[in-house]
Amino acid sequence: MAEKKWKETIFHGQVLYKYGLLFPIFLYLLFFFIYPLMKMFLTSVFDPSFTLKNYIRLYENPVYLEVILMTFRLSLLVTAISLFIGYPLAYFLSHIDHKISQILMIFVVLPFWTSILVRVYAWMVILGRNGIINSLLMKLGLISTPLNLLFNTFSVTVGMVHFLLPFMVFPLYSTMNGIDKNLVMAAYNLGASPFKAFFKVFLPLSLPGVGAGSLIVFILGIGFFITPSLLGGRGDIVISMLIENQVNVQFNWPFASAIAFVLLIFTLIIFNIANRFLGINRIWGGRF
Amino acid sequence: MFCGLIFLFLILPLFIVLPISLSSSKYLEFPPKGLSLQWYRNFFGTKEWVIATFNSIKVATMTSILASLLGIPAALTLSKQKFKGAQYIYSFFLLPMILPAIIVAIAVYFHFAKLKLLGNIYSLTLAHTILAIPIVLITVSASLQGFDQNLEYAAMNLGANRLKTFFKVIFPLIRPGVFSGALFAFITSFDEIVIAIFLSGYRAVTLPRHMWNSIREEIDPTIAAVSSILILTSVFLLLSIAMLKRRGERMRGQKLSEGTEM
Repeated sequence: MAEKKWKETIFHGQVLYKYGLLFPIFLYLLFFFIYPLMKMFLTSVFDPSFTLKNYIRLYENPVYLEVILMTFRLSLLVTAISLFIGYPLAYFLSHIDHKISQILMIFVVLPFWTSILVRVYAWMVILGRNGIINSLLMKLGLISTPLNLLFNTFSVTVGMVHFLLPFMVFPLYSTMNGIDKNLVMAAYNLGASPFKAFFKVFLPLSLPGVGAGSLIVFILGIGFFITPSLLGGRGDIVISMLIENQVNVQFNWPFASAIAFVLLIFTLIIFNIANRFLGINRIWGGRF
Repeated sequence: MFCGLIFLFLILPLFIVLPISLSSSKYLEFPPKGLSLQWYRNFFGTKEWVIATFNSIKVATMTSILASLLGIPAALTLSKQKFKGAQYIYSFFLLPMILPAIIVAIAVYFHFAKLKLLGNIYSLTLAHTILAIPIVLITVSASLQGFDQNLEYAAMNLGANRLKTFFKVIFPLIRPGVFSGALFAFITSFDEIVIAIFLSGYRAVTLPRHMWNSIREEIDPTIAAVSSILILTSVFLLLSIAMLKRRGERMRGQKLSEGTEM
């Protein structure tokens, strides 16, 4: 009897302990995050009675559809480039001495924790008409008039790859670090060429990292705002810029809400796929 | 070779702004012909830049405290309980990190506009905290991995109540994780721009917000000076975090070895 009572108190204490400390954060996010998102959704479908006109407008107008497609293409391109240069980098980092790789990781971590405005500004300085690349090429006599490197899709792509590359490298690196290198050795011993050992053993084992890195870069890519706004040209309009324009210039909040909600749904779908197949920890692993 | 180039691609843009910020010329040029501190003087001498800097420091400090107060208890709870929903709750708390900043920004902007809460540093803090919560949660959860639950039970068996157990046993062990979480939250808020574009108005202009305006109007090397200061701040904060991390690992390592000796 006494034991039962003791157990009961512990249990009830546990329950309160279990959930009690989650209450403040839960309420906070509910009031400042979920509620505003829900209100945003309601704004997009009530004007003042229920209507889908904002979504229909988004779907029917080829200009908006073009913006959405452009955003996806850009994000896909950035993901591909990041993977292409991030994979060898992560491979290299996971195959050298751990102490050295920790030091070299600074090259990846420092840009990651530097303000996006600083990085965008740096690219403006590098790619501008009187920027570093143009003055260098002109001094060398390779070109006579400055190249148009800034304010076009090229500069947006470079800026985005520079920003998103760490997001690709972190999950790749942590996945590759977890691969038992003896497996590759075993493949060599069994007569596989380095080429074959890589493609048959290492690459398949690193695929979860490839998936996690690519999905996170793609998700962040379709929501990008600062880099396209500052480095893009007249034609480089992405979804986020469309939203900002509708809020601050057109003052059409319901339509802005509709676009934002569509973007939200895209993001959640991709994130859900990533989370289901790869686990959230792999996506965020190794960053902090 | 290839990797060296990528490292340069990653890091060079950050270090290119340093020489530009020290340029003595009136406009952008590289390499600078002469050295001067004029752009730093311009930064520290212009009222708007100074106010923006102080606003950013205030917002980031408050965000860091608020996000820690909300995030640490949640991390403690979630790491301890293996109940089924824990993973989902964790994912839910990380949502603000996944969603495009612009969505969070306009949703909060509409919300605060109705509440007449625009253009002050407190509403900016409330919004930044949404983004900082996941950061604190991840960092503190990571520092709790390998935390020996028995230490907590031992303290309670010896008669300490929950509060005392927390402050005497748990907190000292996770302190490095807590501090790095707070620092990461600080950087997150300090560098945040998208929410600031919508919420800061005229009266709560933060440093990134003022940079955003200046970059759009004209690029003068004052931005290079600001950028250099920001980069050095990041370097300093990251070094502190690296030290904290090492201390945390050492502390946990010690505890584990003591545990095995027994």
